[in-house]
Amino acid sequence: MRRAAAVSMLAALVASLTVVLAGCAASRPGPVTLRMWAMGREGEVVGELARDFERAHPGIHVEVQQIPWTAAHEKLLTAHVGGSLPDVGQLGNSWISEFGTLKALMPLDPWLARGGLTRDDYFGGIWDTNVLDGVTYGVPWYVDTRLLFYRKDMLARAGYASMPTDWKGWKECLRALKQRGGPGHYGIFLPTNEWMTPVVLGLQSGSPLLADGGTRGAFREPEYRRAFEYYLGMFREGLAPAIGFNEIANKYQELARGTFAMMVTGPWELGEFTRRLPDSLQSQWSTAVMPGPDGPGASFAGGSSLVMFHGTKHPDEAWELVKFLSEPAQQVRFWRLTGDLPARREAWADTALTADARTRAFGEQLTRTEPCPMVPEWEEIATRVYEQADRAIRGATSADSALATLDRLVDKMLEKRRWIASRRAAGTRRS
Amino acid sequence: MTTLLAGRQARTGLALALPSVALILVFFWGPVLYGLWLSLTDFDVYAIADPSTARFIGLGNYAHAFVEADFWNALRITLVYALVGAPVSVAVSLAAALLVDAKTTRWKPFFRAIYFAPVVTTLVAVAIVWRYLYQPQYGLVNALLGKLGIARVDWLGDPHWALPAILVLAVWKNFGYNLLIFVAGLQNVPRELHEAAELDGASGWQRFWNVTLPDLAPVFLFVSVTTVINYFQLFAEPYVMTQGGPLKSTTSLVLLMYEQGFRWWRLGYAAALAFILFAVILAATAVQMRLQQQERRA
Repeated sequence: MRRAAAVSMLAALVASLTVVLAGCAASRPGPVTLRMWAMGREGEVVGELARDFERAHPGIHVEVQQIPWTAAHEKLLTAHVGGSLPDVGQLGNSWISEFGTLKALMPLDPWLARGGLTRDDYFGGIWDTNVLDGVTYGVPWYVDTRLLFYRKDMLARAGYASMPTDWKGWKECLRALKQRGGPGHYGIFLPTNEWMTPVVLGLQSGSPLLADGGTRGAFREPEYRRAFEYYLGMFREGLAPAIGFNEIANKYQELARGTFAMMVTGPWELGEFTRRLPDSLQSQWSTAVMPGPDGPGASFAGGSSLVMFHGTKHPDEAWELVKFLSEPAQQVRFWRLTGDLPARREAWADTALTADARTRAFGEQLTRTEPCPMVPEWEEIATRVYEQADRAIRGATSADSALATLDRLVDKMLEKRRWIASRRAAGTRRS
Repeated sequence: MTTLLAGRQARTGLALALPSVALILVFFWGPVLYGLWLSLTDFDVYAIADPSTARFIGLGNYAHAFVEADFWNALRITLVYALVGAPVSVAVSLAAALLVDAKTTRWKPFFRAIYFAPVVTTLVAVAIVWRYLYQPQYGLVNALLGKLGIARVDWLGDPHWALPAILVLAVWKNFGYNLLIFVAGLQNVPRELHEAAELDGASGWQRFWNVTLPDLAPVFLFVSVTTVINYFQLFAEPYVMTQGGPLKSTTSLVLLMYEQGFRWWRLGYAAALAFILFAVILAATAVQMRLQQQERRA
């Protein structure tokens, strides 16, 4: 009985709230409050930029809510289902396809067409991570990519003044490092439970990873197979230890010890290397772009985008905020505050960004990035990629059967997409 | 006349029962049946955007679970939680209850409150403290072990130690509840029986085994059944402490279900996992009841 009373009270409360909200909506022409969600470190500092935005746009108030990365995905999805998404937000670009599929994001093309921002203002590969089936759902905010961090002194001792830029040279360099180091020493650390390297090598080799509009795996095709063989070779020749990142206590310590001379990792490591490597090595490490099959190769296009959520009542104001945060000056400021690399080409004209050779390598790498397949299943597919690679590395299976298994697993995961595609095709034929 | 009265009574009874029955139908059986239907479909991220893409696939989700390594891994871990965690928890509760109930113990309400405190504390707050305790470099647990000359353990980062670490936390967090029930049960054990046994020269252990335990049997059954069910449904502890890692070594079935449902949006598959877990719990409870009955007959 008490429950029933509570239910009726709740109903009354909801009814009165609706009246209040309706009243608000009617008398709106006051200041507009934009709600923005941002994650982690970005969420901590974006408020500072938002204050400047408010000064330039007196009618708009920005309310930033900071969300920890670990809870972001769930919070966004529950907010979408519950209809309580904010107006603007930061979205990891690997989530664009998922939220785009869910129709949680506002297509930005009408605003883009009105002028302001175009693909040419950005690094192409990064921009493309925001486009799903020809519709643009986000504007890149900052970028993340992977490249080589290496020890110059060890390369020099092995006879290399700089990092080779193609696959052949890379492997020869690793062999030389291995030979100098002897047993227990390797050329490179490639954690076997990370998908980044096998995927990046595949993209470099020209593999689309998924075929037929993201409905089938393309891992048995010659392009991916070539990359896979190259990757496996690193372990079979003992150039990389066959261990995951849980099996190594401290990779910085091992690098300092000379257990290996290089690793593939991201921009946050610029700070970590400075903090964690001993002083004696501080002048001895550098970064280099990813070697490709024939000359400098592409790398992964990661990072976060600025998106407008479906159902926002202030799309024009939201777009103003997106545009403001995308201004080159704000991008540079954001980089100073967070260390996040600007997504906009113009921002890289800033001397501070290009003054440091280690950061400059990232700038160069960004001109060659490739998006991962834009399907909501990608994150899970990526897990399967390294799981099967790991099996082949440990000799549990041959390269051929690992790739066949991978295609089979991925095809199974994408069955729904094939069905939807065939249904859509049947629908268009009928109409 | 009597049938008329009976009819009127029945109507009144029905009217009185209706609100609760309606609530149970709407808020319990409704979701359960909906969940059952969901478990027979492939409701997923595409279906959230466009419900017409959800397909009826019969027992497909169940068949999928039985070939999935992640499912077997989660089932194995859940069995560890239930078959190790629950007995340890019950044993700790009983031991603590005996201490609290012992004749020589003073300030009984104080100890009861202390032991019950973790039960009513928010798990998220508790988890922060325990993460400090388990911290590999500066944590109290490793500091104490260091004093004993035992090397540092990365409690939550090592796939071999994360599960025991979570179990210790879960037992600590939950044993107080059963303790109260045991204390109530112990107070119902007639003093005369103990006195008689003492006169017959029974030792403390003998009295516990032959007087206390048999008298506690119904309480024991209740406690062990509910505790085992609770441990089968363990979710919050691994969720806030390790998110199921490292290397899925702490992923319980409920956590897997949560991940599949709310991370990958395979709501159909997640619903199927829920019904599999229901079957497992039902079977485990039936076994416990059977064992207890045999015990009583013996």
